[in-house]
Amino acid sequence: MNILVVGLSHKTAPVEIREKVAFSPTAMADPLHKMLALESVSEALIVSTCNRVELYATSRDPERAVAQLRHFLADFHELDFDKIDEHLYDLRGEDAIRHVLRVSASLDSMIIGEPQILGQIKTAYGYASEFKTAGLILNRFMHKAFSVAKRVRTETAIASNAVSVSFAAVELARKIFDKLENKTVMLIGAGEMCELAARHFINNGIAEVLVTNRTFSRAEKLAAEFNGRAVAFDNFQDQLHQADIVLSSTGAPGYVLEAKKLTEVIKLRRNKPMFIIDIAVPRDIEPKVNKIDNVYLYDVDDLQGVVQANLKERKKEADKAETIIEEEILQFYRWLSTLEVKPTIVSLRQKLEDLRQSEVQKTLSNLSADDKTAKSIDALTRAIINKILHQPTSILKNAQNSEDGNIYIDAVRTLFDLPAPVAENPDPTDNPGSKN
Amino acid sequence: MSAHIILFKIVLICYLVATILYLIQVVGRKENLGKIARWSLLGGALVQLVGFVVEFIRVGHTPVTNLHESLSFFAWCLVALFLFFDLRYRLSVMGAFSSGLAVITMLGSGIAPNAVEPLNPALNSWWFPLHVTFAFLGNAAFALAFGAGIMYLLQDRMLKSKRFSTLYYRLPSLDTLDNINYRALSFGFPLMTLGIISGAAWAESVWGTYWSWDPKETWALMTWFVYAALLHGRMSIGWRGRRAAIFAIIGFACLLFTFLGANLFLNGMHTFDALIGKP
Repeated sequence: MNILVVGLSHKTAPVEIREKVAFSPTAMADPLHKMLALESVSEALIVSTCNRVELYATSRDPERAVAQLRHFLADFHELDFDKIDEHLYDLRGEDAIRHVLRVSASLDSMIIGEPQILGQIKTAYGYASEFKTAGLILNRFMHKAFSVAKRVRTETAIASNAVSVSFAAVELARKIFDKLENKTVMLIGAGEMCELAARHFINNGIAEVLVTNRTFSRAEKLAAEFNGRAVAFDNFQDQLHQADIVLSSTGAPGYVLEAKKLTEVIKLRRNKPMFIIDIAVPRDIEPKVNKIDNVYLYDVDDLQGVVQANLKERKKEADKAETIIEEEILQFYRWLSTLEVKPTIVSLRQKLEDLRQSEVQKTLSNLSADDKTAKSIDALTRAIINKILHQPTSILKNAQNSEDGNIYIDAVRTLFDLPAPVAENPDPTDNPGSKN
Repeated sequence: MSAHIILFKIVLICYLVATILYLIQVVGRKENLGKIARWSLLGGALVQLVGFVVEFIRVGHTPVTNLHESLSFFAWCLVALFLFFDLRYRLSVMGAFSSGLAVITMLGSGIAPNAVEPLNPALNSWWFPLHVTFAFLGNAAFALAFGAGIMYLLQDRMLKSKRFSTLYYRLPSLDTLDNINYRALSFGFPLMTLGIISGAAWAESVWGTYWSWDPKETWALMTWFVYAALLHGRMSIGWRGRRAAIFAIIGFACLLFTFLGANLFLNGMHTFDALIGKP
């Protein structure tokens, strides 16, 4: 049994294509049933997010299934097949397993480590089990994917550093103040960026908000929104010492705050650190301020730099995650091949037994032997078959514990011309969920 | 192998295991390792304590009369104090620093010859264990302040320059490091003061004079002034952060010289020879 992935993602298709093949989350029953109705497909699951549309399936006949699934995507959405074909990828076996594990662990996401994807895949699996299109293998496989994603999240720091500018500011503040619970933030100017960053700080427990703006009414309005206090722009510098964190984004052409003033402020604060974020362009705060002890000044570029550093850190963590995934693939593969080993051994035995019986029959009918001789011949041939099968059987049984176990299974199937289980009893009724 | 050497090796291994585990936790973020490291440190410290008691009974005086014993005792104080701080802070970087320093000290102790000679009987009084315990625990606290100080400077440097290495993600916040610095200082300073006072009392009971300006006493006093200045600065002028970190580092350098330099390079009644009554 093969696990297959057919689909497209932000890496292979632009949004104009992605939006056309996306499935509506409110109507998943129809596409899932239609996908399962494809004769080569044994189990079906559909992941559809704004960044990817992927079909997960299991099949006895991967070649055919891949071709059918590719067409299914086009046909279902009534699209020209050639238009989407070039954007589609298909993966099978180990590659498919690796892909799904990587996607769930958010290694394949546009922003590595973003947390939504796992939830989206869980939802997708929810539909597949609700409509009974996921069977034994996909059930097991998806639970594997969830547990691997969890392992990656806890054992690596893949999602631990902010990758947005305003959240990066919050994290920097934590690296300076540790806790934000008893801290005060002052907004100078009331720009949109400033507001957004302030919201992040408030969501992370800031105690007090001061707002100052050239237009006092605007300051009052924003202060009311944040449950804070408005400060007149003319004397905000006198209250600056109360602020642990300063967010500045005025439209002023020159500096609103100079190093000389801040040296006084920091003295007034008895050297308690200040974190100043200057989001304005042109800048509001004299860059020299950063040289003052216990003052940390970040402008927009600096924050961008932090985000870049965080992304780099995430990539490093992603390498660790890849190792975890390789381990898990191996484990899952073992389980998957145990599914194949038993039927292979059974059909191998069956085949030889059939041969033996027909040959014994032939010989005995020519020989007209007595009962005792007939029994001996029967026992002799049985013993030979058992002796011959002993070694291959034990190799096959061991094969399920090794990585290349499938090679032996395939070899035995080919050498003895054993039928693939699905081919011997095709099931044209396509009764959802009952194919395993 | 004598029981002493076996115990010594067990302790060294415990501390080494803790160091390695803490380092792996810092680099690899394996949460459970810190717990094992903590137990390993605690186990090592208990074994070492048993060793001290056994040695105390065997030789009949506080077993801190040569470099081997002193370094080993310092390692114990460091670990014990770290475990105490760890109750509150739970910082694996500090764990890596403390247990690493303990391992280095233990290795130094292992290299130093351990010739136990009888203590100059005149010096054997209860002031002796009091003096060394206060002094060494104080030193251990200052070592923690030193570690936190170095980490503070590194973290401060990265936050100011906006160039972040992997270390940035592993080190705790400036506030936490500054806090450790302050707590270690406010713990170490009274201990050091008690150490000096008990030493003076001991000297008075033996030689009839509280203070005789031998090199170690002079250096200890200088170190005491550095830490006194830092404590004063912190409490009344609002020194903190970088300046406090630098002071903690300078103080520790003085301390190191007081502890090692005065014993090894300078003469006086604090040398180990003087302790065992050699001229």
